[in-house]
Amino acid sequence: MSSLITRVRLKQIEQFIEKGKRLDERGLRDTREIKIEQGLIEKAEGSARVLLGKTEVLVGVKVETGEPFPDTPNEGVMTVNAELVPIASPNFEAGPPNEDSIELARVVDRGIRESKAIDNEKLCIEPGKKVFVVFVDVYVLNHDGNLIDASAIAALAALLNTKMPNYEIKDGELKIKQGYTPLPVKGHPITVTMGKINNSLIVDPGLEEEQVMDSRISMAINEEGHICAVQKGGSGYFTPQQILEASKIAQEKAAEIRKKLNW
Amino acid sequence: MSEKHEKLIDKKGIRLDGRKADELRPLKLQVGVLSHADGSAYIEHGKNKILAAAFGPREMHPKHLSLPDRMVLRCRYHMAPFSVQERKSPAPSRREVELSKVIKECLEPALFLELYPRTGVDVFVEVLQADGGTRCASITAAALAIADAGVPMRDLVVACAAGKVDDTVVLDLFDAEDKLGAADLPVAYMPNLNAVTLLQMDGNLTCGEFEKALNMAMDGCKKIYEMQKEALKTKYMVVKEEAEE
Amino acid sequence: MDGEKILPVFFEKKQLVTPGELLAEGDYLAGENTYLEQNKIYASRIGLVDTDNKKVNVVALRAFYVPKLGDIIIGSVVEVGFNGWTVDIKSPYTALLRASDVLSRPFKPQNDELSAVLNAGDLIVAKIASYDRAHDPQLTVGEPGLGKITRGQILHVTPTKIPRIIGRKGSMISMIKQETGCQIILGLNGVILVTGKNPEDEELAITAIKKIEEESHTSGLTDRITQLLKESKGKVEENKNE
Repeated sequence: MSSLITRVRLKQIEQFIEKGKRLDERGLRDTREIKIEQGLIEKAEGSARVLLGKTEVLVGVKVETGEPFPDTPNEGVMTVNAELVPIASPNFEAGPPNEDSIELARVVDRGIRESKAIDNEKLCIEPGKKVFVVFVDVYVLNHDGNLIDASAIAALAALLNTKMPNYEIKDGELKIKQGYTPLPVKGHPITVTMGKINNSLIVDPGLEEEQVMDSRISMAINEEGHICAVQKGGSGYFTPQQILEASKIAQEKAAEIRKKLNW
Repeated sequence: MSEKHEKLIDKKGIRLDGRKADELRPLKLQVGVLSHADGSAYIEHGKNKILAAAFGPREMHPKHLSLPDRMVLRCRYHMAPFSVQERKSPAPSRREVELSKVIKECLEPALFLELYPRTGVDVFVEVLQADGGTRCASITAAALAIADAGVPMRDLVVACAAGKVDDTVVLDLFDAEDKLGAADLPVAYMPNLNAVTLLQMDGNLTCGEFEKALNMAMDGCKKIYEMQKEALKTKYMVVKEEAEE
Repeated sequence: MDGEKILPVFFEKKQLVTPGELLAEGDYLAGENTYLEQNKIYASRIGLVDTDNKKVNVVALRAFYVPKLGDIIIGSVVEVGFNGWTVDIKSPYTALLRASDVLSRPFKPQNDELSAVLNAGDLIVAKIASYDRAHDPQLTVGEPGLGKITRGQILHVTPTKIPRIIGRKGSMISMIKQETGCQIILGLNGVILVTGKNPEDEELAITAIKKIEEESHTSGLTDRITQLLKESKGKVEENKNE
């Protein structure tokens, strides 16, 4: 991955970080500015567009009906998919999901699922037969680093924006009624990704920093400050001490971001 | 969390499979089990049965995937259709794709990639039977396969998971505990370098529980590491003993 | 550890070590199959550890061949190309033998039929003429003793065992050659050619070499090999006399 960054630039970034600074004048623990716009795709049941610095992710939520899983007859189904479309980066190629987009989707999924952000039982229409199926599609529009955090915020914002059609069972048949119900979102998990450059942890790595860092760790934190999902990525390693340090940073930042977003 | 399922750990601290909170499932490791692979290993961990094979370093196919200044590690984690209760389609699932990626990323730090530019090492993991913790068992076997192939390594990589069932932090979850429990934390570790190369978690843990589970998993790793070394040495010691009789 | 020469306390002579095992700390040098990290020396392959002055070495029990300039190797031709041959030298890197090296005259691709000189499946003894990180190794056969192999038997051993098969000052390999009457070429890439007057002699040499490979890390090996060779020779004499 170092083919895109020059050695001089790499050294520059490392030297700055050694002194506790980053090239865009952020502190090691600072995230970039977050901008959220909801409801921009009317044909989707819910949508949100997030800008994390220059990283841009659009999430559309489609709600359909379907059968529940056999082991959870009273619960709705959620599935997350991510697409790294070619317009977002010269490195993205068109085609079926590759390991990066699959990892992104699954990490975002875990943050929402494990924190129980969606009240799945309220998605049940007819126990054992019909439930709501929530499709969360993550569409990365511009890659300037930290797709995980941007996608996670966008996914949650889109879910908060989602309205489900009303259904009722009349004469044994599923009939659609008038009006909409907001998707029952009861949790607001925030995912914080930290990169490791030499032995420093930096929050919300930008694109160039991602090419310098040897690994990353992402943690999804719920409102109680509990950790709901963790994913280490990249070919480097962390010491146990660094992992515990990362968990404390993640907790702090998650609370900070949640407050800023008013969630 | 619904109370519908039975208790996963009873009042005396005994789990559904009879183990205590900090007990590992029985483990068996064998090195050098496949004659055509450059290196191979077989692991039985609880009911998990997994084969790992390593090929290389060798020329990469297709050639354009090789890198001019380093070796490339490729990894495929695959489950046999009959490995789980409900038959699994042979086509790679999204979970297998993600696990292939994280397993590769957890083995890479152990290798001296710069030593053999323009070559590749292919690692294949075949899960023959799965019962929770397959990614950890796969890593433990894969590291042995790589060492058995004679590829230089900084350290063996060993993996073990910890988690939480019914509010108790426990070591080495089996399938039921993984599915019904409150958290699962797989960890891969290079003990001599104190380096964690794989870390994932899903569930709900307080910071304190997270620390406890992480430490418990690393302790489990250290125990399995001793077994890894033994298994590797056993393959080469047998001949030594026979010869010196 | 203040300049005093202390034998590292972490291992015994010829102990079997695994990758990542700590071998020494402080004033030592990282030798074969070891690496240095923060003043500590660790093993990088499974093998037997030993010190040579201040250098800590591990004789690997399992390794692959990395080409070195000047090495004599034995390889098999894999493909006939436009201006040379691709040769498998049992290494992560495929070797190339240029036509210009083999043909003693200028090379004309249209006129010269390369497959008539060397074809896929042929075995050659060659020397590594050039090799670096950016290029595959180039071979040469333009020296006496090198070239196409026409008879004999081939066996493969882990390259790290070749020194043991050679023995101290060539004593081991000389003994095998003498007792079996075979010509033996040891490729440094672990490929060995044994050519004898008859298959039985060749088999004996091969058995002896295989035994050395398997038991290279044990003591008393020289005696056991001597015994093996003498016993087998004795049997052959017996059979002849009956």
